Amino acid sequence: MSINHEPTAEQIKEQRLYLQMGMTDEEYERAVEKLGRTPNYTETGLFSAMWSEHCSYKSSKSVLRKFPTEGERVLQGPGEGAGIVDIGDNQAAVFKMESHNSPSAIEPFIGAATGAGGIIRDVFSMGARPVALVNSLRFGDLTEPRDKFLFEEAVAGIASYGNTMGIPTVAGEVQFDQCYSKRPLVNAMAVGLLNHEDIQKGLAAGVGNTVLYAGATTGRDGIHGATMSSSEVSIEEEKELPVMQAGDPFIEKLLMEACLELVKSDALIGIQDMGAAGLTSSAAEMASKAGYGVEMNLDLVPQREDNMTAYEMMLSESQERMLIVVKKGREEEVIALFTKYGINAAAIGQVTDDKMLRLLHKGEVVAEVSADLLAEDAPSYQKGSKEPASFAANQAIENKEPQVENLKETLLDLLQRPTIASKEWVYNQFDTGARTNTVLAPGASAGIIRVRGTNKGIAMTADCNSRFIYLDPETGGKIAVAEAARNLVCSGAEPIALTDCLNFGSPDKPEVFWQLEKSADGISEACRKLNAPVIGGNVSLSNEVNGVPIYPTPTIGLVGIVHDLKEVTTPGFKQAGDAIYIIGQTETEFGGSELQQMIEGKIFGKAPAIDLDVEVKRQKQLLAAIQQGLLQSAADLSEGGFAVALCEKAFATDGLGAEVTVEGSAVTALFSETQSRFLVTVKADQVAEFEEKVEDAVKIGTVTDGGQLVIKDAEGSVLVEGTVEQFHAAWKGAIPCLLNSED
Amino acid sequence: MKFAVLVFPGLTCDLDMYYAVEETVKQEVEYVWHTEADQLDYFDAVLLPTGTSYGNYLRPGALAKSSPACKHLQAFAETGKPVLGVGNGFHILVETGILPGGFLRNNSLKFRSALETVKVENNNTVFTKDYAKGQTIQLPVASDFGNYYADEATVEELKKTNRIIFTYADENLDGSISAIAGITNDKGNVLGMMPLPERAVEEIIGGTGGTPLFHSILNNWSEQHVN
Repeated sequence: MSINHEPTAEQIKEQRLYLQMGMTDEEYERAVEKLGRTPNYTETGLFSAMWSEHCSYKSSKSVLRKFPTEGERVLQGPGEGAGIVDIGDNQAAVFKMESHNSPSAIEPFIGAATGAGGIIRDVFSMGARPVALVNSLRFGDLTEPRDKFLFEEAVAGIASYGNTMGIPTVAGEVQFDQCYSKRPLVNAMAVGLLNHEDIQKGLAAGVGNTVLYAGATTGRDGIHGATMSSSEVSIEEEKELPVMQAGDPFIEKLLMEACLELVKSDALIGIQDMGAAGLTSSAAEMASKAGYGVEMNLDLVPQREDNMTAYEMMLSESQERMLIVVKKGREEEVIALFTKYGINAAAIGQVTDDKMLRLLHKGEVVAEVSADLLAEDAPSYQKGSKEPASFAANQAIENKEPQVENLKETLLDLLQRPTIASKEWVYNQFDTGARTNTVLAPGASAGIIRVRGTNKGIAMTADCNSRFIYLDPETGGKIAVAEAARNLVCSGAEPIALTDCLNFGSPDKPEVFWQLEKSADGISEACRKLNAPVIGGNVSLSNEVNGVPIYPTPTIGLVGIVHDLKEVTTPGFKQAGDAIYIIGQTETEFGGSELQQMIEGKIFGKAPAIDLDVEVKRQKQLLAAIQQGLLQSAADLSEGGFAVALCEKAFATDGLGAEVTVEGSAVTALFSETQSRFLVTVKADQVAEFEEKVEDAVKIGTVTDGGQLVIKDAEGSVLVEGTVEQFHAAWKGAIPCLLNSED
Repeated sequence: MKFAVLVFPGLTCDLDMYYAVEETVKQEVEYVWHTEADQLDYFDAVLLPTGTSYGNYLRPGALAKSSPACKHLQAFAETGKPVLGVGNGFHILVETGILPGGFLRNNSLKFRSALETVKVENNNTVFTKDYAKGQTIQLPVASDFGNYYADEATVEELKKTNRIIFTYADENLDGSISAIAGITNDKGNVLGMMPLPERAVEEIIGGTGGTPLFHSILNNWSEQHVN
């Protein structure tokens, strides 16, 4: 593709070549009208990238406005690389979650790796040192070879990037359902820490100031990644696939250290990651946000391939690159700083006062477009929304227990479901302890990082049960936030703010858009009740294979604060003789449950109900009790229900078991997925005080010696009895077993 | 006593080592960037942290060998002062030839992060005097090349000269020959080990199995510098 063969502006218009770049006729006409002329090839490329869903949120803006984004701790809401919340002592937590679904569906290792790399850059571009990583992953149910491959490679890719960067992965979740077959979700979250005075923004301000390029060289990789990420993957059609951008975490580590040193310098005006749409988005957004223009000479961009065109350079998504604005006259010292770390840096342009993004290449102006037009004037669509017929049909189905023949066998089967089974196979591949601040590593309810020099901790978790959201998006949206909060509270943390990744099907389908709207309503209401605003996030639409959308999956990445590390609580049993309590009534609620999927082969009916007032009350009481030292262990009840949660508490400590008595119908008591419930243990001598503090707690049994698990009904008949070892082996071995099984 | 944490590009866990010295023996400790290693003489001990030097390109530790710092490191080791290399730091000590052997990928062919039970085979070294012989301790490992290998003759020599300092006491999941977790050079002043003692010096983070190692280094130095 040489510059001589680029189509002319006329040809682009007549042959509608913009369609190949992902622009519609209306969008192209809008660009022509606003520009006052037909854009040339490079300019059309700028429009197509900046007006993609990934960069402009043109289809989802109306939904994103629903989220509460303000709160007493919020220092930076949505709109920058990452959101920032105050954590006291002049310190702040910086975090964001982002999807890398489309690249991971094509090249899972590098797709997932660069997902982690991109989100890490978002965090250090704010001036914060990344201290922890979290991920949320979805795959098919591991029965098909392609899904096994995607799972193994995506996990290895994330591990490779995070481990090489030396940033510990401390929390995450993986769920499996055939709706994600061949269309995995890879959502990565990074959490950083900084002092308030070090907060940076992506601003290109001050006429005459210098625009610097720093990081890896620009190649032809990832061209049009931003538009690709908003389109359906059709692997089976063997279409021509784009060249994927590969990551180099070693370069990123050096780039990060250089940037973190730079943020301490008063030479720095603004800094932004070149993420989706690379140079185009970083330059246009930095200029637009600051109210200035940027002029860049593309001849000066460090390039790794010969004869690159302006179009290719502007749309490349080569990784590990930053765009930086420094005070005029300070270029040399900043370049020297990067050179010390072995990183390329070059002055490629300057800030102007005309609000234009102007590009020069080989002595000619090759593009001249208003920065605001690119960054702010993308079309905004109010997509059609329609309640799917299946919603009313599901709501009309009465809650009913699935047919269970043998309770113990059913429990063993549930423990081997990949969504419920031990994720050790996954998290053992992550360096969870790098930087020696990891107080709670994966395997607990949430990850916790100590804030060095204080007695505080930052807690984090990612959660989303998409089956509930599919059946009832509003209720499911509430559940996603509430469940994330439960995981933090059980670990001794107070939830403070969240980021989200809205993974949905095509917004052009009214039923999908309705799911998006309704789940946002549910998420927003839960955020308000739990006082945890949304401070950033990302939208990934058109997650479909062959026209079938995934279950709606608005992943929640919730961050909380542990006020005193003494209060950190883990899920496992601690000692024999401790009393076991369940908090919250259990109803017959199997719509979207793991048991329903396992027995019926599909999900249907109503999602479990949730009363947010009850939820908030229980969480507050439980957290207060934890903070007073009244709890030995705490866990919430989620997939698989009570029996699975009881087993997991026993697995954590060798030699301990439990004897409990449950009320009502056995199938409901053991496997229902009723919300707002917890399973906790309390020392025998603290029982009275605990009961006084936590209203809805009911004592159901005792932690025992000897490693036996016994569940009885109210009449004293044994429902389930077995060794903890037997259940543990099933749970622990399930994922390796699925991966090794013959296809 | 003055400790240097020698940092090659990509040795991401320099901070872990730095804080371990502050946390345990509370002595002077400085980062030394690999291009500034000509002043290593100033220090009483050199610590090589873990991480991914040069992105582990070619082979873990292989590219660090071409840094000028390695000459200074070799010269420092020859003075008899203590040198500790953990994880990727151990890889570098092997690649530079300061310690014998080499590394293969883990048996699982995957990165593996876990808490391991490690046995102290020889407590008569600069690094292990504060442990009991045969004592087992808990230390984290985190590597995809944790599988130590040496030919039979070398392993026999290591055994005969009591230079196998640590072994894996339970499972030897990464596949190291003779379950080797840590070895010294023939003088005994250079220890390379895959488990990470610097990540086990505080109860809240991962136990204190590594604490005595740092105290051993300091105690040994103090004995030699009584006045």
